[in-house]
Amino acid sequence: MALQSLDIKARSATTTPPPRARDPIHVAKLIDISKCIGCKACQVACMEWNDLRDEVGTNAGTYDNPRDLTAQSWTVMRFSEVEVEQGRLEWLIRKDGCMHCEDPGCLKACPAPGAIVQSVNGIVDFHQEHCIGCGYCITGCPFDIPRLSKKDSKVYKCTLCSDRVAVGMEPACIKTCPTGALVFGTKGDMIRHAEGRIADLKERGYANAALYNPEGVGGTHVMYVLQHGDKPELYANLPKDPHISPLVSLWKGIAKPLMSLGIGLAVFAGFFHFVTAGPKEVEEEEKAD
Amino acid sequence: MQVTRRQFFRICAAGVGSSSLAALGFAPGEALAEVRTFKLAQATETRNTCPYCSVGCGLLMYSLGDKSKNTETAIFHIEGDPDHPVNRGTLCPKGAALVDFVRSPNRLKHPEYRAPGSKEWKRISWDDAFDRIARLLKDDRDKNFIATNDKGETVNRWLTTGVLAASAASNETGYVTHKVVRSMGILGFDNQARV
Repeated sequence: MALQSLDIKARSATTTPPPRARDPIHVAKLIDISKCIGCKACQVACMEWNDLRDEVGTNAGTYDNPRDLTAQSWTVMRFSEVEVEQGRLEWLIRKDGCMHCEDPGCLKACPAPGAIVQSVNGIVDFHQEHCIGCGYCITGCPFDIPRLSKKDSKVYKCTLCSDRVAVGMEPACIKTCPTGALVFGTKGDMIRHAEGRIADLKERGYANAALYNPEGVGGTHVMYVLQHGDKPELYANLPKDPHISPLVSLWKGIAKPLMSLGIGLAVFAGFFHFVTAGPKEVEEEEKAD
Repeated sequence: MQVTRRQFFRICAAGVGSSSLAALGFAPGEALAEVRTFKLAQATETRNTCPYCSVGCGLLMYSLGDKSKNTETAIFHIEGDPDHPVNRGTLCPKGAALVDFVRSPNRLKHPEYRAPGSKEWKRISWDDAFDRIARLLKDDRDKNFIATNDKGETVNRWLTTGVLAASAASNETGYVTHKVVRSMGILGFDNQARV
């Protein structure tokens, strides 16, 4: 029995398989963009729960505050004013943050053992005590989410409140949301909930309403209900078909095994040479060194 | 310890070799990890009402320690009360930030008095504050109370003083406040909850 509150599915730079006998429920966060009013209660609740306080920023001409995700702000509302068709302006507000991919690019790219851990329930969590601050997870993330802290050179992002979920509670942002735009439950229940919302939106004239649960990263444990599901890029450049950068598979899939092979061959060649040719004889004059 | 040039090379080679073996996966780490410890596990939970607006959301306030004799409590987390019928656990951004309001250095914690024309706020005791408020109320009411109107009808009005009540009061407190204020004849009566 492992001394841990969440069962591990994958751990960065680790080849030992985790215990796999148990299969706890798979959780998901559903963000219904059509219900969000952009009040930012989720941003506040996130900082409050996680004991973070970002600096008071400056106005950049939009309601985005802070302007971007930081090591202290793990979720940020992104406001997009979009003319979806001639004369019809829509204000699309997307809660940005970690998507908790089923196939996490950050974990694949991470070279530090145990710095990134994926739980069986779907949470992808960063463990800063093992983080070496290389920033490869930032390259590996298809959604550009992790942020390197200037204070301690460690990378931070949303944990889906793994400490709350581990004791059976919902994440802090979900609990606080006054409009019910954020919902939390099992992944199956969240997909069913989204289907109901999409049917409602279609009745209201949003013919392309859809669930955002991209297959390119194996599905996500943070999903969106989009009014314009055919054009996710309208929502502050949400990628239409996110994939892990080919650099990650080039490095981890080709370069790293080649390196291991090279080291192995060098050791084997050295040992073979030692057995066949024996150690180099030491000249008498060199012995005096 | 004496190390010859050749021995030094051997030590280096052994070091590089063993670390390479670890890199090849012969000494992997255990696939275990622990999440951050749940910080509310044994904290003291106290119910209250949000002080901001008229919605009157229910709060759960978590403070350090279990109220044992030698512990100085301090609120470190506030979230919505899921059993409260008004908000059912939700809070707006202002309510969600209440812990910083509670711990703000600018928070008013005791009665203060600023004399007319003065720029300075002076701390006074609750007794002094109550005495002064009662004295001024009585003087003003004695001077300006209107018992009857022009036609001689009883009206019992007191129009020169107003009362503003707080929103975080319970229904019972609100009922009593209303009775006290109206029985004195005050008409200018409002609640911060309407703001």
